[in-house]
Amino acid sequence: MTVTAAIHTRALRKVFGALVAVDALDLDVARGEVFGLLGPNGSGKTTTIRMLCGLLAPTSGEAVVVGLDVRREAEALRSRIGYMSQRFGLYDDLTVYENLRFYATVYGLHGEERRARLESLLQDRGLAPRRDQLAGTLSGGWKQRLALACATAHEPPLLFLDEPTAGVDPASRRRFWELIHDLAHAGTTVLVTTHYMDEAERCDRLAFLSRGRLIAQGTPTEITTQFGKPSVEDVFIDLQLQDEGREVGT
Amino acid sequence: MRLSNAIRASRFWPMLSKEFIQMRRDRLTLGMMVVIPAVQLMLFGYAIRTEVRHLPAVVLDRSNSSESRALVSTLRNTGNFDVVEYVADRHALEDRIRRGSARAAFVIPPEFMRDIKRGRTAQAQVIVDAADPLASSAAIAAASQAGQYRALQMVRASSPRVIPLDLRVRPWYNPSLRSSAYIVPGMVGILLMMTLVPIASMAVVRERERGTLEQLVVTPISRTSLMLGKLVPFVLVAYVQMTVVLLLGKLLFDIPIRGSLVLLYAVTLTYVIANLALGLLVSARARTQVQAMQLGMFFILPNILLSGFMFPRDAMPVVAQWIGLLIPLTYYLELVRGILLKANGIAYVWPDVLVLALFGVVLMTVATRQFSKTIE
Repeated sequence: MTVTAAIHTRALRKVFGALVAVDALDLDVARGEVFGLLGPNGSGKTTTIRMLCGLLAPTSGEAVVVGLDVRREAEALRSRIGYMSQRFGLYDDLTVYENLRFYATVYGLHGEERRARLESLLQDRGLAPRRDQLAGTLSGGWKQRLALACATAHEPPLLFLDEPTAGVDPASRRRFWELIHDLAHAGTTVLVTTHYMDEAERCDRLAFLSRGRLIAQGTPTEITTQFGKPSVEDVFIDLQLQDEGREVGT
Repeated sequence: MRLSNAIRASRFWPMLSKEFIQMRRDRLTLGMMVVIPAVQLMLFGYAIRTEVRHLPAVVLDRSNSSESRALVSTLRNTGNFDVVEYVADRHALEDRIRRGSARAAFVIPPEFMRDIKRGRTAQAQVIVDAADPLASSAAIAAASQAGQYRALQMVRASSPRVIPLDLRVRPWYNPSLRSSAYIVPGMVGILLMMTLVPIASMAVVRERERGTLEQLVVTPISRTSLMLGKLVPFVLVAYVQMTVVLLLGKLLFDIPIRGSLVLLYAVTLTYVIANLALGLLVSARARTQVQAMQLGMFFILPNILLSGFMFPRDAMPVVAQWIGLLIPLTYYLELVRGILLKANGIAYVWPDVLVLALFGVVLMTVATRQFSKTIE
């Protein structure tokens, strides 16, 4: 059961000095699932992702990602995941093609395999007409598309998206989510963080983090039912207000 | 085979080729890396030249003869001296130099003309205020040459059995005078430091600012490849710069290149590595490119002042000398001047090379640690 899970954590904990960033986190993400990680700023989303990518060693607890232990097999893990953040991580002074080629090569593709993969990425993601354009001159939506292409150049079984649609226009956001679902249908597991609740509702399952703890997990419907609210957005706002209330209290 | 696999696995080549594409595309920076050293060299070189030319000089001419006047005019014609005053005695002469209104003096004794006429060696003296070795060295060289030139002229006119003129040049205040080709070889060291430290640090900070570093660390690229891929292109930049400075130094300032250039280029690598490591250290601290630039600049002043680039280290207070020992440039200056001016071979320069290599290893180790820490 746990072997087939894309992400499996038990009692995961990360402490920075006196701050407990993530505590007692039990997360199960199935293969091919679009899993939304929600929570206000500072709730531990980024720390969680960094631990799951093998960038940060957990203080304690267990985390197995695509069948690899994040502590012992961090190196191997990195070539089996894709990562994209709201900053996109593109080189403005490289062309679309050069950005793609760079990341593809870094992910270990070369020769004919790389050439074929780059061509199909350019075609499938509609980037072909902009192949030789400098990434810095692309609009936000196109940058986002290119960033996703770079992050998936090596066809990773698991994709981390850290607020991938922040600052992108609604039409691009919609197209982006269509791409995400296409990837999921093809078998890629996607873990996404977002502040947009319409996006949260498009996830297969959600997890709410607050102050480093998991406070709810389930499908969007399960979550709205659990909290007795009409929408995920209401649940989120409610939780955040509670959170801030506690902050004022202490 | 194993090694090449390891290199491939560490993803060094894609990083390196990416850096070169970016470097090629950033025409402004690329241009600056070549033009700035050239401009700096000319500024420093010519500023120093104009300073050493036209040193204000006083004349104490006790001979007051046609021969003495001819000598004075030969000295003037070198362009290194401007006669500002004729003084009556030794006391006045010392007073002018001490006060700084004159930086040189010509002393011609009363028997000067008489000695020439009798076919004996006539003596005269040029005193140069050598407190500033830069300012004085060219003047001293010019005075000696003028003396030889005048002597040659006089030989033709008189009997060739004796040397007709003995013009003694006496540096005051700093008898252990440095060579005239002192500054340009030093510029190689200064310019490498002035460009490598800020450029290396900014290259890393730029990746962090743009979020590409965040992206890179989640890829299989190893920390070492990431760093080497960023730094290796600058080694090439360093050698281009060095070549520009040496070429211009040769063409414009006619610096002597007495030692082995192959040796110089080889040992320079240790200095380049030390500076790139410094740049990397700066990048670990700096959050923005502006900060990186400022921090980089912060290194420059102590380097110029304490390394012996401008002022002789022997003349410094002991504490300043100690601090100078912590600066890689101090050793590199010894090295580059030794090779270029004294034709020093590896037998003479190895201690400096060793210290620089140590600097490189220690700084690189610390910088790598810092760098790894900051990206986590």
